[in-house]
Amino acid sequence: MTLLRTQNLSAFYGDFQALFDINVTVEQGETVAIIGANGAGKTTFLRAVAGAIESAPEMVVFDGQPIGNKTPHEIVRLGIAMVPEGRRLFPSLSVEENLLLGTHSERTGYWNLKRVYELFPRLYDLRHLPAPSLSGGQQQMAAVGRGLMSNPRLLLCDELSLGLAPVVIRDIYQCLGAVIAEGTTVVLVEQDINRALDASARFFCFQEGHLALTAPVKDFDRAAITAAYFGV
Amino acid sequence: MNWINILIQGGLLGGFYALFAIGLSMSFGIMRLVNIAHGDLIVLAAYVGMVATWYTGLDPFLSLVIVVPVMFALGYTLQRGLLNQTLSGGLLPPLLVTFGISIIIQNGLLQGFGAYDHRLQEGAIETASLRLPGGLSIGVYPLVVFAVALFAIASLQLLFYRTRLGRAFRAVSDDSDTAELMGIDNRKLYALALGIAMIFTAIAGVLFGIRTIFAPSAGPIRLILAFEAVIIGGLGSMWGTLIGGMVLGVAQAIGAAVDPTWQILAGHLAFLAILIVRPSGLFPRTRD
Repeated sequence: MTLLRTQNLSAFYGDFQALFDINVTVEQGETVAIIGANGAGKTTFLRAVAGAIESAPEMVVFDGQPIGNKTPHEIVRLGIAMVPEGRRLFPSLSVEENLLLGTHSERTGYWNLKRVYELFPRLYDLRHLPAPSLSGGQQQMAAVGRGLMSNPRLLLCDELSLGLAPVVIRDIYQCLGAVIAEGTTVVLVEQDINRALDASARFFCFQEGHLALTAPVKDFDRAAITAAYFGV
Repeated sequence: MNWINILIQGGLLGGFYALFAIGLSMSFGIMRLVNIAHGDLIVLAAYVGMVATWYTGLDPFLSLVIVVPVMFALGYTLQRGLLNQTLSGGLLPPLLVTFGISIIIQNGLLQGFGAYDHRLQEGAIETASLRLPGGLSIGVYPLVVFAVALFAIASLQLLFYRTRLGRAFRAVSDDSDTAELMGIDNRKLYALALGIAMIFTAIAGVLFGIRTIFAPSAGPIRLILAFEAVIIGGLGSMWGTLIGGMVLGVAQAIGAAVDPTWQILAGHLAFLAILIVRPSGLFPRTRD
């Protein structure tokens, strides 16, 4: 079943067009990676799906419902959660308060505080600390946990590995495996191609705002990816 | 002994200024709204209280059961219908719009009630005092006002740090875009915030009307006192606002003791002095 479909999705920052006619689908339960160079439009795509950039209603269809013109808080309530680039935890809130912010989506389901702490046991010990006092990896875990607390059907993860040590990245992707196993559909944006492709069954490659290539990971051809990635 | 008296009277006066400042501090803290109409809204609340006592015969304290919901509704509607539209364009649009609201309130009150001075009559409590050992005497009314200020700030702290709504307020204050991505409807939350701020404005207005005479033009002075209390205390800290109000009150009391004409000036000088020494106030953005 198709969970998310974009139809000629275009997005603008003022007069600057950042996305051109993107047509993709994401099936229920699958994990898709979006790869591409800096400025390719990966984050813009996620922000458009999450409602942070407005588009025409039919450009983004979630579970059969046009949502392109909805506001971010309406979209979270429908079941799309975003783990934003750079974590964006609330600095004056404790770790636990940050997690609880996820409950403002008013969605219930598998994920609650207890389950998030089981997924990220380190966070339990740190739960009363202010969010900025955590290490980068711990903050990333809290940001993923906050997204999960809204019990999303579709989880959008923007650059989970940004600024983290390889060993920490491995841990976080391991935990993400548990999330995927739970049935959550995941869209990963990554600059680290290998990491993204390892975790996904399919990928989209963006280049300068256009969809350059989409293919199942198992069929991928390194040369084809390079060509799509750099446009050479 | 005289100096102890000055400190006590000044400190109690500070509770009054803190009460003026709470609404201002809240709307700046949560939505970065500099509400130029804040002083006029305090005065408006005093007039609402006056009209309520006319028509219901309630005494001014009890008129709060009418004034508080009226001001809450006014705040909610003002934010939802007007001020939310100004928040995306930087600092200037809300300044201009609230400046306009200030002029509208002043002239509306002038039209409706004339330029005369009014007062709310609360009776014996206004002049009652407690005699303390050592020849000190403390007015009961200033003490009541100070207690109300303490209670108001304590309950706001509870709201901010112990409730789901308070958590949302702090999150929006930190990063409104991300809060929206987490499912918070910022516009609705802002409307609630100004509504709640106006509850405290209502209380401040009625207590102000009992304490002293008021006229349609009384707002801007209240605004300045509230601003000074907030800035001295440090933006974003409610207890800091109380301390800021007390610093202002004590400075005024000292000024008045030196020469009665110096009272107001001494408060402003203390404000300037603190601005020079600690530009971000005494307790900027503390966690609680």
